[in-house]
This record gives sequence, C-alpha cells and structure tokens, in this order.
Amino acid sequence: MKSILTEQQLEITIKRLAHQVLENHVDLTNTVLIGLQPRGVFLSDQLVDEIKKETSTEKIQYGKLDITFYRDDIRKELHIANRTDIPFSIEGKNVVLIDDVLYTGRTIRAALDALLDFGRPEKVELCVLIDRRFSRQLPIHPDYTGKSIDAIVSQKVKVFWKNRDGKDEVCLVND
Amino acid sequence: MSLSTRHLLGIKDLTVDDISLILETAEQFKEVLQRPVKKVPSLRDVTIVNLFYENSTRTRFSFELAEKRLSADTINFAVSGSSAAKGETLLDTVRNILSMKVDMVVMRHSASGAPHFLAQHIPAAIINAGDGVNEHPTQGLLDAFSMRKKLGKLEGLKVAIIGDIMHSRVAMSNIYLLNKMGAKVTVCGPPTLIPKYIRESFGVEVNYNLKETLEWCDVANVLRIQLERQNQVLFSSLREYNIAYGVKRKLLDNLNKEIVVMHPGPINRGVELDSDVADSKQSIILQQVENGVAVRMAVLYLLSGRNPGNN
Repeated sequence: MKSILTEQQLEITIKRLAHQVLENHVDLTNTVLIGLQPRGVFLSDQLVDEIKKETSTEKIQYGKLDITFYRDDIRKELHIANRTDIPFSIEGKNVVLIDDVLYTGRTIRAALDALLDFGRPEKVELCVLIDRRFSRQLPIHPDYTGKSIDAIVSQKVKVFWKNRDGKDEVCLVND
Repeated sequence: MSLSTRHLLGIKDLTVDDISLILETAEQFKEVLQRPVKKVPSLRDVTIVNLFYENSTRTRFSFELAEKRLSADTINFAVSGSSAAKGETLLDTVRNILSMKVDMVVMRHSASGAPHFLAQHIPAAIINAGDGVNEHPTQGLLDAFSMRKKLGKLEGLKVAIIGDIMHSRVAMSNIYLLNKMGAKVTVCGPPTLIPKYIRESFGVEVNYNLKETLEWCDVANVLRIQLERQNQVLFSSLREYNIAYGVKRKLLDNLNKEIVVMHPGPINRGVELDSDVADSKQSIILQQVENGVAVRMAVLYLLSGRNPGNN
C-alpha cells in the first residue's frame, strides 16, 4: 500500500480545490455544489466547509446525488441506493459535481443523466480529488483535480476519511 | 446486499433484512417521485406482465405506474376479454406470455397459492399482488412503510387490525410483517370474522371490543368488509356491523391520544369507516396510496431478474 496523499497533503489539496472553485464562481448565488453518493460526499462535505470559511454561508447551495438507478452495469450487479438530497432547483444554475476518484468516467456519465432529471443546468463542472489518468472509458474530463495519478487496472485507489475510517489518507493498493 | 428470495410470494418468506432493504430502497424511490422528472432508467431492459385474474384499481394502477417510472415495458392482462375466459389454464396462459420474452410477472388471483404454484413452473420472477385469502405482500410493505414514515419506527409500535380478519390477505401480510419487525399486533372484530386459533398460530392479541382496542393502539388499520368473499351470514346487517365495529369520529375524539387511521381501500363508507374519519387529518389513507408506488418500485427494482441466463 503506497501513500498518494498524506493527511497534511489532503488538507492542503482540499483547501486548494475550494479556492479554485471559488475563483471561477466568485459569486456563488448562481452556483450549486453536488456531492456524489456514497463516497464523494466525504470530500464534498469538507470542500463545502472550506468554501464556507471564505464566503457568506447563506449563498451556498449544497446537495447530494445518488446515481444508483442510472448505472449502466445494473444487469451485472444489484447496487443499493443511497439518499439523494437536492432541496433546490438546478434550472439555469452552474453545477459543480464533486466525487472522490475519477476512473472510467461511468459514474459521472450516470450523474449527468441523473442531474438532467432535476432540471436543465446552465453548465456542469467536475471536481475530483484523484484523477486516474489514461483509464477513461468515456469522454469525460475533470475541471478541478486534486491529484492526477497513473495506475494500472489491477491497482486500486483507496480514500480514507477520519470520521469514517479513522484517518485521512489516500493510498494506492496492489490487488 | 440483495434480497434472499427471487420472488415476492409473501411476507412469510422474507427475512428482517429483506424487509428493511425494501423499505430503505422505497425511501429512495419516494425521493425520485418528488423530482421534476419522476422516472429512472433502471429497468429499461425489463418487460413485465400484470396478470390480474381478479378486480383491482389501486394495486393495478400502482404497479403499472411503478413499472413505468422504472422505464420497464409493461403489458396488462385482465381475465375478461382474454383467452382465460375460453378455458385456457393459468400455466398455459403464463407460458404463452413468457414465450414472448417477458421477464417478470405481477399476479393477482382469487386462488390462494396461485403465485406459489407458478413460481415452481416458470423461470420468471413473480410478484404476488394478492392471492385469495393468503397474502398481499406489497400492501403489507406499503402499510409498514407508511407507519414508519408517519411514526418514525415499527419496533414497539402498537397496531390494531380491525374488521374482517378471516377473509383478509392484507391482515395476513400485515401480521407477518409487523411480527417480524417487532411491532405489537391486536386484531379486533366480531368473533365470526376472526379465525379461531389466530392467537396461538400468529402470536397476536385478540380483542372483540373496539373501544378497548382503540384505546390501546397507536395505529388502527381498518379493513374492508369483503362481502364478495362471504358465503354465509357472519353478522346480521351492515348497519349493525357499523354500530359495533365501525370506526367513528366520536370514538376517536373520546380517546386521550390521537391515533393514526389507515385503510387499504376500497372503503365501504359508513360500514367499517365513517366518512368524517376517513377524510380527517388523522387518516393517512391517501399517503398509503402514494407510498404504494415507491414501495412497488423498490420491490420491482430489487427483484428485477439479475438471475443467470435472463439477459
């Protein structure tokens, strides 16, 4: 197991991502942040906390999206759904989708489909903590990247969060 | 995690985990039904036949809507106007339909055990939408879902099932489910409409006094008097039934708490339930119907044939 981001690096990376999002969305009134269930919300929770430190909190619209019912591998395996909570309209908004690891791009494809069932956003951007380059199976590219890594198929990226796994760290695991 | 069964024949066969999984998944589908686009593509590749050998409004519409909101293709079968009227057997009818590449069967039948019989003979997933006087599992699930939604939990909840217990598949499914989930059940009705050994066989309490039962319970699930299933006279008149066992405004107002009133529909107004109760804010009858779609979506989604050789 090789460490990709240590606790300290992870903290700095999330801060940077928060600032980058703010840089492009100085006025957050027309922007919504959406974390992807189940794992992306650990990142989005922290990202939103960072953004709150920099701007007035009442402007932040933050939701959670579960994409289980939109998956393209439903015929292979049954997945259990998590809670979706988008308590605002996304019609005409700039949406920032937030997930932990971008790999094949299939989750994001499903998320885009799911998102359109909530309305027609003006623009959708993607923010990920780890981008596994050269592994994409669909034409999807992140707008904000914590760290890009090269990993082979047999390797797995594991993201640990303190309030769930007891530590903050990102590791590369050989299977 | 997945269900321990391929079919939904009855609550009897489900585990506590199965029930929790269905109710949890139904929560997510309830959220889907609040979206601007109330539809997900999950069952795009699945074809479902709704076989109704017995009349139904709510259940059939509810299943059909659930199927459509999961993007499944559906065909409907009603016994009148079909070849069953010409004497085709149940098994022949279903085999013929399945040969047209149908993946799931939703069936209501007046014979208890009809879906269990089918499950032994055909490869498709079968969902029981009510079989005779045996079970109506999706009604049991949606009742439990509605109770949990309204009161927060099922464990320890005091539920009274009132009325025609003898002929009620809704009562059976409710009793199985509530027992498994740790709720307390009392059945109430005239002695002629309550099976003799129900206390010993199902571990429920029996009380022939409506007022006492209402004083005890948190939820009153009032059942329909099923006149079409009664071959003999089990009470003297509907009017007398209403006087002794009809749930009335005055009875509820005299309780020292506000109980929740449920009914699986269709209501015989003025018989088992008075209109001023059915239409009051204590009643969650229409929420039950609304929740029914989400619960049936969950059942269909979780049983949607991830079985081998069914691609």
